Amino acid sequence: MTSAALGKDLVGLEPLTADQIRLILDTAEPFKEVSERPIKKVPALRGKTIVNLFFENSTRTRISFEFAEKRLSADTVNVATSGSSVAKGETLVDTARNLEAMRIDMVVIRHGASGAARFLGERIRSNVINAGDGKHEHPTQGLLDMLTLRDRFGRLEGLKVAIVGDILHSRVARSNIWGLTKLGAEVAVCGPPSLLPRNVRDLGVTVLPRIEDAIAWADALNVLRLQLERMQAGFIPSLREYNRVFGVTSERLARAPRELAILHPGPMNRGVEIDSDVADGPHSVILPQVTNGVAVRMAVLYLLAGGSPDWRTEAGE
Amino acid sequence: MTDRPILLRGGRVIDPSRGADGQADVLLVGGRVEAVGSGLGAAEGALVVDATGKVVAPGFIDLHVHLREPGQEDLETVATGAMAAAAGGFTAVCAMPNTDPVTDNQAAVGFIVRQAMRAAKARVYPIGALSMGQRGEQLTEFGELIGAGAVAVSDDGRPVASSHLMRTALEYAQVFGIPVADHCEDPTLSQGGAMHEGLVSTRLGLKGIPAAAEEIHVARDVLLAELTGGHVHLCHMSTRGSVELIRRAKERGLRVTAEATPHHFALTHERVEGYDTHAKMNPPLREDADREAIRQALRDGTIDVIATDHAPHHYDAKEREFDLAPNGILGLETALGLAIRELVEPGLLDLPRLVELMSTVPARTFRLPGGTLATGAPADVVVFDPAVRWTVDPSRFFSKSRNTPFGGAELTGRAELTIVGGRVVFQRG
Repeated sequence: MTSAALGKDLVGLEPLTADQIRLILDTAEPFKEVSERPIKKVPALRGKTIVNLFFENSTRTRISFEFAEKRLSADTVNVATSGSSVAKGETLVDTARNLEAMRIDMVVIRHGASGAARFLGERIRSNVINAGDGKHEHPTQGLLDMLTLRDRFGRLEGLKVAIVGDILHSRVARSNIWGLTKLGAEVAVCGPPSLLPRNVRDLGVTVLPRIEDAIAWADALNVLRLQLERMQAGFIPSLREYNRVFGVTSERLARAPRELAILHPGPMNRGVEIDSDVADGPHSVILPQVTNGVAVRMAVLYLLAGGSPDWRTEAGE
Repeated sequence: MTDRPILLRGGRVIDPSRGADGQADVLLVGGRVEAVGSGLGAAEGALVVDATGKVVAPGFIDLHVHLREPGQEDLETVATGAMAAAAGGFTAVCAMPNTDPVTDNQAAVGFIVRQAMRAAKARVYPIGALSMGQRGEQLTEFGELIGAGAVAVSDDGRPVASSHLMRTALEYAQVFGIPVADHCEDPTLSQGGAMHEGLVSTRLGLKGIPAAAEEIHVARDVLLAELTGGHVHLCHMSTRGSVELIRRAKERGLRVTAEATPHHFALTHERVEGYDTHAKMNPPLREDADREAIRQALRDGTIDVIATDHAPHHYDAKEREFDLAPNGILGLETALGLAIRELVEPGLLDLPRLVELMSTVPARTFRLPGGTLATGAPADVVVFDPAVRWTVDPSRFFSKSRNTPFGGAELTGRAELTIVGGRVVFQRG
């Protein structure tokens, strides 16, 4: 079905309006409380069937979605692709048609190819939620990052957020850029030029060449995971040098003119893009991000299923 | 196979090889052009065609098609490709050697020649592989390939990565007076790329192929043409930088020729928006400034010919994640309509110049018969309506495949009658 608030699918933050993004964040607020209850369940999606279709390994995102679905009382099935029909060579379009034939309501998809979520959404009637497609977008991660920033600073407008690291290959970076700029934050990207995408300034961001510049400028740093493969592919010379030149360290943060919030989408490479004392330090909001992830995903699932922004009324609470 | 004489009466005869453009009759007898003039009489039993309001021109020649036979006959065959060519107004096409097995020996070349003769539609000239198995290591036996019917050599689909091999090919090809056609791409820059590197690739999160990947290779080939004195033919040029390199090479008198496809002068990378796999090809669709440079280069002759890079794929091969979909689109049945809509209608070039780009110059570039209506030339003729507007319906293609980004597009101009060797091979019903 198609929700009046968000449309049929959530494939990215780029197509959303500022109001739609605000609606999701606002809807997530009361859902935070559900996870604090002794009985962490509301009946909002009772009777709905949801498939979590993960073509790439994921622990955090998959579990977060699964909790969100269960706390909304949906029936969920997890499909990991190893050992499934996909491993036997089934195409994405065939997988989609088979799921459709089982009359499911929603699909949460994680896939290595950019555009895979949209591809699926265009071919099935069920709602499709992008849980990360290639290097394109990871909208719920962008949303939970924004919710965490809003919790911490009380606003997003005018907030200065520097996204640090491998922007080129990062779907998290793209979703953050779209979401934050739409809500009036200032966004900078900082990383080795070999890991910045072409024309990135045209997305409405500033490029800061050095991590020291980013720390001097920003209210918050969103530190991206550096994939080991990037070194093997020759984008950077070594992880050690990356840490020396771009690592977020307590020494560097000590010179910041203001207290920075530190975000990381995980999983972290401690000692590479972020030092342990920063990750575990007082300015880290990395664990609140994870908590907010469940609430944001509950909000997205709920709104796509056609729920009204005032969920307590609708859910009969 | 010579049928009865044909008299094409009253059309606008455009034959740039003789500088002709005006209303005239064309008489074809015995598979040859007998006469072009006004008030020609029809011989006894001749087929008389009223060509009033139509253009009569030497048949189009496509220097770059993939006919998929042998190996992928479910996508296209020599026969269906030659029929699609005829329906597009082409009387001859040059078939690239990336078949399975690769067209790298005289038997393979001979097979394609025989299949084309059996089909008896457009002429099909095989292009032999440049290296054995297109592996880029060892030269093929050019002499034997040519003896069997090949008209050029190329490893198209793959760039000739080794400069030494390319140099050797350019030198050795001079023994036979054939061009070496090269797919220009530095694979170390383009590897894994799915579209042009630019703002759209950044937004879509697709790995980009920078323009420099093509231009580096073009620059190298130009230098090797200078070193060897050989004839290098640069396939499907897509960037403004390539155009600039070719322009300078020609100013220096080097034997460099180049082609551009209809999709590169018609579309830009914006077309990939929405992950449309029908907009996935290699080289990729580029930016507006690149498209504009290609158009100007076609106008001023920096790029010599229009070639389609006709690349059939099964529909479900394109019904995939963008990264996994194959490169390439069909070209033969939409080339003329796109060229008129994109180049002639906006006033960039006129119909005689278009006939040069699609017939006269291709024949000269690969030293092929045809491309002229001179007396005694092969009776390879196209009659096309330059003004008819039509909507592309892929389900009606003669090609076996349907992969085109132009389905539903409105084009201008379409072949009405195609004659090969004095025989009608296509007539629009």
